[in-house]
Amino acid sequence: MALNIMQLATMFADKHPGITSGHRLCPGCAAPNVAKFALMTAEALGYTPVVGFATGCMEVSTTIYPYTAWNVPYIHNAFENAAATVSGVETAYRALLKKGRLVDPNKKYAFFAFGGDGGTYDIGLQSLSGAVERGHKFIYIVYDNEGYMNTGNQRSGATPPGSQTTTQPVGKKLSGKIQLKKNIVEIMAAHENVYVATVSTSEPMDFFKKIEKALNFDGPSFIAAMSPCVRFWRVNDDKAVEISKLAVETGYWPLYEVERGVYRVTKKVKELKPVREFIEKQGRFRPLLKRPDADEIINELQEYVTSRWERLLALEEATKDKPIR
Amino acid sequence: MPEVKNRQAVTGAQAVANAMRQINPDVVAAYPITPQTPVVEYFAQYVADGVVETEMIPVESEHSAMSAVVGAAAAGARAMTATAANGLALMHEIVYIAASSRLPIVMAVANRALSGPINIHCDHSDAMAERDSGWIQLWAENAQEAYDLTLMAIRIAEHEDVRLPVMVNFDGFIISHGVEVVDFLDDEVAKKFVGEPKVMYPLLDTEHPVTHGPLDLYDYYFEHKRQQIEAMKHVEKVFKEVAEEFAKISGRKYDLLDKYKIDDAEYIMIALGSTAGTIKYTVDLLREEGHKVGVVKPQIFRPFPKNELQELLNGRKGVIVLDRAASFGAEAPLYEAVKSALYEVAVRPQIGSYVYGLGGRDIKIEHIRKAFEDAFSGNLIADEERYLGLRE
Repeated sequence: MALNIMQLATMFADKHPGITSGHRLCPGCAAPNVAKFALMTAEALGYTPVVGFATGCMEVSTTIYPYTAWNVPYIHNAFENAAATVSGVETAYRALLKKGRLVDPNKKYAFFAFGGDGGTYDIGLQSLSGAVERGHKFIYIVYDNEGYMNTGNQRSGATPPGSQTTTQPVGKKLSGKIQLKKNIVEIMAAHENVYVATVSTSEPMDFFKKIEKALNFDGPSFIAAMSPCVRFWRVNDDKAVEISKLAVETGYWPLYEVERGVYRVTKKVKELKPVREFIEKQGRFRPLLKRPDADEIINELQEYVTSRWERLLALEEATKDKPIR
Repeated sequence: MPEVKNRQAVTGAQAVANAMRQINPDVVAAYPITPQTPVVEYFAQYVADGVVETEMIPVESEHSAMSAVVGAAAAGARAMTATAANGLALMHEIVYIAASSRLPIVMAVANRALSGPINIHCDHSDAMAERDSGWIQLWAENAQEAYDLTLMAIRIAEHEDVRLPVMVNFDGFIISHGVEVVDFLDDEVAKKFVGEPKVMYPLLDTEHPVTHGPLDLYDYYFEHKRQQIEAMKHVEKVFKEVAEEFAKISGRKYDLLDKYKIDDAEYIMIALGSTAGTIKYTVDLLREEGHKVGVVKPQIFRPFPKNELQELLNGRKGVIVLDRAASFGAEAPLYEAVKSALYEVAVRPQIGSYVYGLGGRDIKIEHIRKAFEDAFSGNLIADEERYLGLRE
């Protein structure tokens, strides 16, 4: 069954898919929609979702005991082990199915693990890599807000150069983080027996389709979602989707997928907007823009974004019909 | 006493793996680490041969092993793992989470020195580092006990008054790799004893969704810790019930304290694990010489069987505590617990602390005899830590 917006809108008009309202995330946060889009796709396609979460903004804001915003089975274990934890849950499911206990053989279960960029790019990378290598049937979704936002805007492996953070601030001498964002999508795609995709809440249909693909994929999937933190990106509460859209249109966050090594760019932007536009819309780059080397840093980022975009198009051409496994 | 049908010469690791085979857990997630490795290897062979129905997760680290068994146990599976030393240390964070989530996970620990410097041989520093993690700690003296306690651990962990994880400690190499004769239960008898898993609030009961591992702030965290404390208080009673039932099927009766020749003993030595066996032998020798000596081996270290120990030690002449782990800047862990228990007894014995066997250093009869002789001559000093087998 292919999904359409009307169908989803009708289906969930008076029902909360997975996560309910009343959680305590900041107004305008993009993260709950990342979870919602994924879970509504699963539910609409007849799956019963089971969710694991890494420590982070969303975990602390949705499960303040004795309350919970989750109306699906949910487990949080620690910061760096959402993938390992869900691999245990998924394995338990297979064991219990075999033994005829607890699990309904007529149900389609969908196992999700969620983590922020800290729990995914950095501290959780080992457990994520291990779980994907072992081939557990689960979907890992990173909501990437490019820093440790839950604990007050510290740098992560996903932080772009020049962004203001508290552990690598822009100062008189240093221009903040100098390294480019870690390319987690390519790291995960290199696991080969995996479906990997980038999504953005500004492109819901593309998002739904990729979740559907992940649900149908026989093996692990990894979905990277652009998820602006309105608080530390210093944008207004109503700007998360707009900024995400700009990230896609500038090529800063290209929408593509890699299925067992086969690349496909799912949104072909005819002419990429300059990355500067994405940067200038956000307060987190304001300290950078005041520095004399701002142009240098932005130009370097622009070069990277452009060459990666061209490389993606080339990879799409080169890998067409050539799955790696 | 039931007839023994399955008497075999095996290593402790084989004995533990065989217990795991009979338990046939739903999920085992494990990573190899010396000297636990053969446990995982034997068990993996059982899985490969289809002897068990277990789903095995060959994880990429011990941290993930404990994380995966937490996920599996929360999901509603009977989940087990095994580890040692640095592997246990790497699990540390999740060891606490398993206990606070009240998940009845059973883990075999082949006790080994904790780095650094790196050392692969036996001591108890790994388990002692988890002393306050909220896990029940059972301690085996030999391969037989490692086998028996592994079976009993399942029943204790899953008991509805307990619901806490259990680690079964057995000395690395000494027990894990040493070959001994072990009496195994018949598969059917063992299977019946462990029974069907008792599951509470399973994640996979999707009709009744639950949230595991929520954020627990200052308004409830304290109460939840109190519940863990309360659960520990039920362990002694449950241990005795389970031991009683186990005795009926095996003829082997366990108690919180394993007591050897203590009825008229004036001097009692206390130690955990395999060294208790060497002490028993030394006690036999000393008894022949007319000394009234005995051994007490705590079969369980957490919860600490304080009341039983108090009753037993009250009025004795001397108590000698042997620790296979140090506590830097404080007293050795077993000694500290025993000494603290003795504060409340009516007639306090003399007491002395001896640290031995760190990093696999051999402990010999003459070392044990030396410590007893200190006691005989009234030379036990409560505030002095002494060392057995150390070059000084």
